[in-house]
Amino acid sequence: MLEIRNLHAWYGESHVLHGVDMEVPEGRVVSLLGRNGAGKTTTMRALMGLMGRTKGEIRFGGADLLRLRPDQIARKGIALCPEDRAIFPSLSVTENLFLPPVVAKGGMSVERIYELFPNIRERGSSRGTQLSGGEQQMLAIARILRTGARVLLLDEPTEGLAPVIVQQIARTIAEIKALGFTIILVEQNAHFVEGLADIHYLIENGVIVDRLEGSEFAAKIDRVDRLLAV
Amino acid sequence: MPFDLNLNLILGQMVLGLVNGVFYAILSLGLAIIFGLLGVINFAHGVFFMLGAFLAYMLGATLGIGYWGSLLIAPVLVGLIGIVVEVLLIRRLYKIDHLYGLLLTLGLALAIEGLIRIVFGQQGVPYPIPPSLRGAVDIGFMLLPLYRVWVVVAGIVLCLATWFVIERTPLGAKLRAATDNPAMVQAFGINVPVMLTLTYAAGVALAGVGGVMAAPVMTIDPAMGTNIVIVVFAVVVIGGMGSIFGSIVTGLGLGLLEGLAKATFPSASSTVIFVAMVIILVLRPRGLFGKMA
Amino acid sequence: MSSAATETRPLPMEGRDSFQFLGFTRARAIFFLAFVVVVVVSPLAVYPIFLMKVYCFIIFACAYNLLLGYTGLMSFGHAAFFGMGAYLCGYAATQWGLPVGLAVLAGTAYAGLLGLVFGWIAIRRQGLYFGMITLALAQMVYFVALKAPFTGGEDGIQSVPRGTLFGLVDLSSNMALYWTLSVILLAVLVFYNRIVHSPFGQVLRAIRNNPDRTKSLGVDVDRFKLLSFVISAALSGFAASLKTVLFGIATLTDVSLNISTEVVLINLVGGIGTIFGPVVGSYVILMLEQFMAPYGPWVLLIQGIVFMLFVLIFRQGIVGELQKRLKTHL
Repeated sequence: MLEIRNLHAWYGESHVLHGVDMEVPEGRVVSLLGRNGAGKTTTMRALMGLMGRTKGEIRFGGADLLRLRPDQIARKGIALCPEDRAIFPSLSVTENLFLPPVVAKGGMSVERIYELFPNIRERGSSRGTQLSGGEQQMLAIARILRTGARVLLLDEPTEGLAPVIVQQIARTIAEIKALGFTIILVEQNAHFVEGLADIHYLIENGVIVDRLEGSEFAAKIDRVDRLLAV
Repeated sequence: MPFDLNLNLILGQMVLGLVNGVFYAILSLGLAIIFGLLGVINFAHGVFFMLGAFLAYMLGATLGIGYWGSLLIAPVLVGLIGIVVEVLLIRRLYKIDHLYGLLLTLGLALAIEGLIRIVFGQQGVPYPIPPSLRGAVDIGFMLLPLYRVWVVVAGIVLCLATWFVIERTPLGAKLRAATDNPAMVQAFGINVPVMLTLTYAAGVALAGVGGVMAAPVMTIDPAMGTNIVIVVFAVVVIGGMGSIFGSIVTGLGLGLLEGLAKATFPSASSTVIFVAMVIILVLRPRGLFGKMA
Repeated sequence: MSSAATETRPLPMEGRDSFQFLGFTRARAIFFLAFVVVVVVSPLAVYPIFLMKVYCFIIFACAYNLLLGYTGLMSFGHAAFFGMGAYLCGYAATQWGLPVGLAVLAGTAYAGLLGLVFGWIAIRRQGLYFGMITLALAQMVYFVALKAPFTGGEDGIQSVPRGTLFGLVDLSSNMALYWTLSVILLAVLVFYNRIVHSPFGQVLRAIRNNPDRTKSLGVDVDRFKLLSFVISAALSGFAASLKTVLFGIATLTDVSLNISTEVVLINLVGGIGTIFGPVVGSYVILMLEQFMAPYGPWVLLIQGIVFMLFVLIFRQGIVGELQKRLKTHL
């Protein structure tokens, strides 16, 4: 169980998170929905230890993650698939895949990964950034599956991708979910998270404004739409 | 006419030039690696080269350790000094403007050179060619000094090995990834600060190896570091710091050019690399292999 | 070097205070007057020759600060302009028999011309490369100076006469030269202050702080950088020519790396991006060197340590720290 309690965060002088509270049960998919600038990515970065100044508490595995360095957090079994995918341009596709070290037993085997993502095996020797947007997204997800991390932070995995690819990613996430991973799914696309997430958190202006069970989602969809409308 | 068409002389000087080129390549390699990952232009790179040579001398003079032992031990010592330097000094640069890096490492270079001058005096110290590498190699139309052949061969092998580690191994992949996006690499569980320290240490240790190899053929004096680092800067400007392979090729090539100049226009030999730099800057400001403008 | 002189928050606008003296605002005017007093009084306690050497370096440091502190370009090769200015002044006075005023002018002009050529070459690359290029160019000049006949090689150019200034003042008297140099120095400071606070100076600062935005506003950034570089080079040559007249010689030291690093150190210690930084820095560094002179190589070690100390801890320099405390531009 991952617990975020009263999380505040600053970019320099700018106070961007004003006390975020979230509970992420093990083995579940939790979505974090909000507009641009609502604080979704900031929350993920804070989880990963990538924010400069933070306050509050993030409890996981018997420790407060806010006190830890990013590499220490990773070794606790949390992995980030960032918004910009962060494929390393100087590395080949295969090198990108194998870069993150194995942090725990039970990571997906390379064979299984190639089964799920055949493109990665085919384009192995291409430069990482020569892949299409969708392929890069797949690579970014595949990368963290190998490490043995059990908590996956997926930041806007469908951004800028064609609907066909979005379908593919939805299927992939469903498969991963079935394997028992804990996933935080950050998104602006309400429709995408509808069938996938067990719990939905709605965030606005750096605070959580609503929490919906998966079953309530369709019923309260207008609330969600209002939140995400520009 | 100072133009000498004696082929033997030209080839002989070009081999000597290649020896210098090996040192330029090794040093610009280290400089490029450190700059790529740490964002610091290591003015002190020259003094680590000089330290390698002085350590070889000291190991011989005080512990009776010869050339081959020094070749192994001196770079390790230089690397250890590099670790201390990175942790105490260089590390503080990452959060401030890049230009301060050059100032700090300049200060470091002055301080170390001053220290060496205090300990060893202003004169140089001698270092003999190791007995196993004395003599000459007869390649038919000319005699090549054996030691210099060794430097060229070993130096090129060292450069290629470094290239291989960086471009073709998982360790090198980590280095390249950290050069692209250090925060993300750390978010994957790799201790990047330690990587930075070890990279600095490895880069200067490389310079240290160069220093040991240079000891028998160059005047070992406290100024040798600064003298060579300025030339290496010109090499780096010409080649660009974007590619490992580019650094190697440019270093070797400019050494050859220098050798050629010594044989044909001796008075211009000390400035030919700088002139080449001017030409490249006018015609191709990005540098021969550079990725950055 | 966007963060160098502006690491603290922007200092309050001074425009409100309409007090102006020779172009100095109140705080600076006070400093300037205090300095005038120091200049007038110090020959009673300190050797005038040493003071004059300091004054030459103040002018040199001002020249350098214009480029670094106000345009944001860090050159490591100013010895090229200093040395060549010195050589040409010496050469003009000894070989061409020019009167001292014209010889100094010749040195200044030659340095400026060199600045035009080197600046044009170096500005083609940004930031860090710029520093390396200037360093390499200066080293090239050093090697040329080593071999070229007109510099006199190891011996340098000697017996440069002091002569008389415009036929009126006999400069062979140390005190006469002292007062002449003092007036020149004070005039340079006023001129330096004027340039920095002129529209030209404001464009330079805009370029230092944000070159891309300045370019997008339609400013020919490269042309301004080059102009700043040329002024800096010419002023350096001026300082060097004065020094040549003072000591009567121009040598390889003037064109060596030591001079390049010395002027950087002076500005770092004094305060990059300030008017009086070059003044304070020159006194401090030259006195330090004078004190350490009998200890030979220790000078190098101390210089290196001072460099590192100031870069890591006192980046603002002495005058910079003072600026912060007094909350005003100095």
